[in-house]
Amino acid sequence: MNAFATPAPGAAKVARVTAITSGKGGVGKTMVSANLAAALARRGERVLVLDADLGLANLDVVLNLSSKCTLHDVFTGKVELLDAVLPAPGGFSVVLAGSGMLEYSRMTPEVREKLLESVKELRPRFDHILLDTGAGISDVVLFTVSLADEVIIVATPEPTSLADAYATVKVLATTQPSRPIRLLVNQVQRPSEGRSVRAQLQQVVDRFVNPSLAKPVQLDLIGDVPLDPTVREAVQRRVLLMDSMPGSEAAKALANAAGRLLAED
Amino acid sequence: MPPSQEGLQLQLDSALALLRQAGHGVPEAPEGSPEWLQSVIDRLVDLSSRDPLTGLVNRRYFELSLGREVDRVARSGESALVLMVDIDHFKRVNDTWGHAVGDQVIQLVGQTLADTVRPMDLVARIGGEEFAVMLPNCPAAFGPQVADRVRRRVARSPVTLQSGQQISVTVSIGGAFAPQWVRSTPTLWMQRADLQLYRAKNNGRDRVCLEPSAMPQVSAEEKGMLLAATSWQDLE
Repeated sequence: MNAFATPAPGAAKVARVTAITSGKGGVGKTMVSANLAAALARRGERVLVLDADLGLANLDVVLNLSSKCTLHDVFTGKVELLDAVLPAPGGFSVVLAGSGMLEYSRMTPEVREKLLESVKELRPRFDHILLDTGAGISDVVLFTVSLADEVIIVATPEPTSLADAYATVKVLATTQPSRPIRLLVNQVQRPSEGRSVRAQLQQVVDRFVNPSLAKPVQLDLIGDVPLDPTVREAVQRRVLLMDSMPGSEAAKALANAAGRLLAED
Repeated sequence: MPPSQEGLQLQLDSALALLRQAGHGVPEAPEGSPEWLQSVIDRLVDLSSRDPLTGLVNRRYFELSLGREVDRVARSGESALVLMVDIDHFKRVNDTWGHAVGDQVIQLVGQTLADTVRPMDLVARIGGEEFAVMLPNCPAAFGPQVADRVRRRVARSPVTLQSGQQISVTVSIGGAFAPQWVRSTPTLWMQRADLQLYRAKNNGRDRVCLEPSAMPQVSAEEKGMLLAATSWQDLE
């Protein structure tokens, strides 16, 4: 197992680290990260979202936040990591990536070391850390996922998203130590669509990926979020769906997904 | 006089007997001195890291080194290759010529492997007729060449029996590169190389199979199955 992610026996409880990724961009990954964090916070968990989308960070856009203390400033030694931990609407904490992170869109040994140290330092202070990674299968994304105890892949039922989600599962399953791979299907049009997407992905994984693995991958569907106009509205207004429209179908689905995640702990 | 630590009388007879038996001898420093004790420990460490038949490092030491390499690769992003090498039809050698000749074959293959790779590479005997080679800083483009050179060198190095008769053996080789940028484990890395070794065996032996790429590609067949609209509906 990941020696870093596993606390030493007898050690104090440290945060469970969940990487949130998607093969394809534009599937609502950051919206999901922010609202899952808010839903977990409502259940009394101490939650931190770290914007690990180093190349194209936009957690600040989703949360309508700006800060002078970002991960970029931490990496360049301008501020201490804990000074970059900000309160976010929704009752959780965030570390924003900050502009100027574009130069980190490739993983240098220094960036890896700093990211690893940052997560290590934050772990004892929270119950949950969500790493909002970039889209795609870049080395930044793969490294970020390797720091986590589990990974959630956000996908939509669109063919392109499905193909990219599958490629992500395949790369993770064949190149990294096994960890739970969970699936959250966004923008579903029918109640059973999440299950169909999972079944379709699982079928191909069973045929092409699992035969070569010591421990087969079983995708765990933690929820599906309906295509809901309130999501678009919240994103436009740059507010959290969980705060602004907690009764909407999408907000309820995200709250359920948070519950599923906690039940798996 | 045996060394004594805070009243504890150390029993080193079996340790020293082992060293003598292994041809390591007993250290020259004054018996019981800290230098002498350190030297005994060093020789015991060496003894427990090596395979007595071939003199190569054993599985225990190899896995330890592999763990360090996994950490190094995760930091440096360098490309590193592990090869699993297995002697083909070794049982046949033993059955036909006897175990002494079998041992001779194992020794020669071990020696050939060690002679074929760079000094920085690590060759280990990890099982009966199975060897492993760790090649740090081995670019992906050179992997197939290096592995095939090892295979050919073994095939061209026959064992000469006391009778003057020569027998030649071949090896199957499976290999995998350490995933770059991520923290993997030695076990997972060896499993991936092992999987390729099975492929090499199943495809007829005396050949090399390397894991195609650290970044697996999605084939048209996979995409077709994934996006098949009919099965999509069937799953409802």
